[in-house]
Amino acid sequence: MGIRVGIPRALLYYRYYPAWKTFFNALQAEVVLSPETNKEILDAGVRLAVEEACLPVKIYLGHLACLRDRGADLIFVPRVVAVEEKKYFCPKILGLPEIARCSVPGLPELLTVEVNMRKKARKVISCLKKAAAVFDCRPGTAEKAIRAASKAQKRYGLAMSRGGLTPADYLNGVQSAANNHRRLKVGVLGHAYNIYDLFLSMNIIGKLKDLGAEVITTEMLSFEAVRAGQECFSKESFWTFGHELLGAAGYFHKKGIIEGLVLVASFGCGPDSLICELVERYYRRRQEIPVLLITLDEHTGEAGVVTRLEAFVDMLQWRRQTL
Amino acid sequence: MKITYPHMGLLTIALAGFFQDIGLEVVPPPPITKKTVNLGALHSPEFACLPLKINVGNFIEALETGADTIIMAGGTGPCRFGCYAQVQREILRDLGCRFEMIILEPPQGNWQGLFRQLKRLRGNCSPKMLALAGLNLWRKLKAMERLHKKSLKVRAREINKGDTTKAYNKGLGMLAEIKDPQAIPQVLRDGLGLLEEVPKDSNSQPLRIGLVGEIYTLLEPFANLRIEELLGDRGVEVECSAYISDWIIEHLVLNTLRLPAGLAVKKAAAPYLNCFVGGHGRETVGDTVRYARRGFDGVIHVLPFTCTPEIVAQSILPVVSRREGIPFLSVSLDEQSGEAGLITRLEAFLDLLAEKSKKNFQLSRKKSLFGKIGSNAGKWR
Ligand code: SF4
Ligand code: SF4
Repeated sequence: MGIRVGIPRALLYYRYYPAWKTFFNALQAEVVLSPETNKEILDAGVRLAVEEACLPVKIYLGHLACLRDRGADLIFVPRVVAVEEKKYFCPKILGLPEIARCSVPGLPELLTVEVNMRKKARKVISCLKKAAAVFDCRPGTAEKAIRAASKAQKRYGLAMSRGGLTPADYLNGVQSAANNHRRLKVGVLGHAYNIYDLFLSMNIIGKLKDLGAEVITTEMLSFEAVRAGQECFSKESFWTFGHELLGAAGYFHKKGIIEGLVLVASFGCGPDSLICELVERYYRRRQEIPVLLITLDEHTGEAGVVTRLEAFVDMLQWRRQTL
Repeated sequence: MKITYPHMGLLTIALAGFFQDIGLEVVPPPPITKKTVNLGALHSPEFACLPLKINVGNFIEALETGADTIIMAGGTGPCRFGCYAQVQREILRDLGCRFEMIILEPPQGNWQGLFRQLKRLRGNCSPKMLALAGLNLWRKLKAMERLHKKSLKVRAREINKGDTTKAYNKGLGMLAEIKDPQAIPQVLRDGLGLLEEVPKDSNSQPLRIGLVGEIYTLLEPFANLRIEELLGDRGVEVECSAYISDWIIEHLVLNTLRLPAGLAVKKAAAPYLNCFVGGHGRETVGDTVRYARRGFDGVIHVLPFTCTPEIVAQSILPVVSRREGIPFLSVSLDEQSGEAGLITRLEAFLDLLAEKSKKNFQLSRKKSLFGKIGSNAGKWR
């Protein structure tokens, strides 16, 4: 195969990997994915990042270092500014290529595509084409790659919204979700890169499942449901992620489809600090559905998280029997 | 309707006059104290950025002193500020406060919402009165900023510690009192005169330091632990990269008219950060480059703990510092930051700059603190 393109298994990987992989494969490139987050990656990231950076960014830098050491020719670090009109990603995702370059020494060349749907779609396409040009393919391949990528991304979205899969399920090749409808229904909300990173989240979702819960996440909701749920809050969030989280939280509450909500935030995350606060206050004030907020940082002990999840699920079971 | 608003450096003083001019009853937020900050921090989310917490403290105290309507600005992202008002409203509501909040959201093409909010404020004041009050606010603000700039130069050279601050505060007080806008130029001259009269050592060649970073912490002395005074007292000449009047021109005038703004800073930042990252992230990088090129001895970067745009900048600054040859010190601030810790770090930094430039500054203690620099400053060596 051709050029080896490294993709860090962190941050937006959880949202867009199917599209990225399809895109690069269509361009005859080989995709090198960094391994699942582990202790070494975390430690490397913590060493490289500025102290105050949020945990997910630290982990991202750790993955970059890992790809560098594995000899990728090129590392894909997109600048995803916005994927919808009037919405943004977080400032750190906007500045990710620069953070990467300035924090990790000895990186190979970075492929930084700017995706900004606040501007015209044509502009985004031309950015993608420019990125594709690096791979030296026959004319027309770029267009084909873009189409294939967008198809793959759609399939991914549908598998989650219709099939009830989580990103982690899909990315790990799980085909269908086995849901048992008599189980406790628990919503889990947070950044995809927090809740689906097994190491970082200490597998919160898996643990909830083991405790007998059926987990529902934002990805399983339709676009319209999220929009309807957002109306519970006075201002629409200008972050894509914030919009999804508020929308899902509002929708869960309005429809009463969950019995408990687990909010997962990461230490040092700006958006989380306010969005999770809005949700917590909304739920607490109405006192119908209990909320558990878990803040992940590099020192979070697994035992503590397990204890809190167990206590939470116990409480939900007890509520189910008595209410 | 008794309105109040959050503190933000000099703007607070100018705003009180403005609202009075348009015939509104104002309850200015009581001066920020340690208690304000603690109160705000107690009721705010733990990881919210410092300005949000101080705002909450201001609101609680102002509501206690009789205000019933809060005016707050909105925003459209990508930094957290655009989310502030909504979170603050929920916090105050859960505390059982009785109030109304008027949130001025930037129009984004839809002017109606903003007009409706402004109309509620305007009451029965005529457009002419409004324009006059606006002009008055603007001129007062500009005058106070002139005074501020001058004070930074004078303080570095004063002979008796504290003279400049005294003169500066007196000048500000005189400007705040003005009722008739015609008097502004004269009062400004008087204020500048007061600073002129401060006995100075005219031979001194002070270290020059540029202050960059997040705008609230740059502008609100309580939030930045009066870093300008701390530096000035040690004989350092400080220049602040942000003034609220520039911000108003850029964000409220040029951006609304879709005209280009801040080109020089953007150009300076371009080799290091060539895109918008929210807040003042890009300006921090650009201003650092510009201070380096103007031959400043160092740059101090102030940011609220966990401020997202500034963390982007902070990640880039070590490279800027190395390539442009300017040392920098990042000072991140939260409700627990104390003066003693800051002084230690500042003096270590000054020591380093003095070593490099062969200029002198006045240590408050005799012992040199070389080598005791915090983790952020360590990186550029
Ligand atoms: S949204 Fe939060 S976790 Fe994600 S990059 Fe921004 S600050 Fe970090
Ligand atoms: S610029 Fe920084 S401190 Fe200000 S609101 Fe945004 S994140 Fe908070």
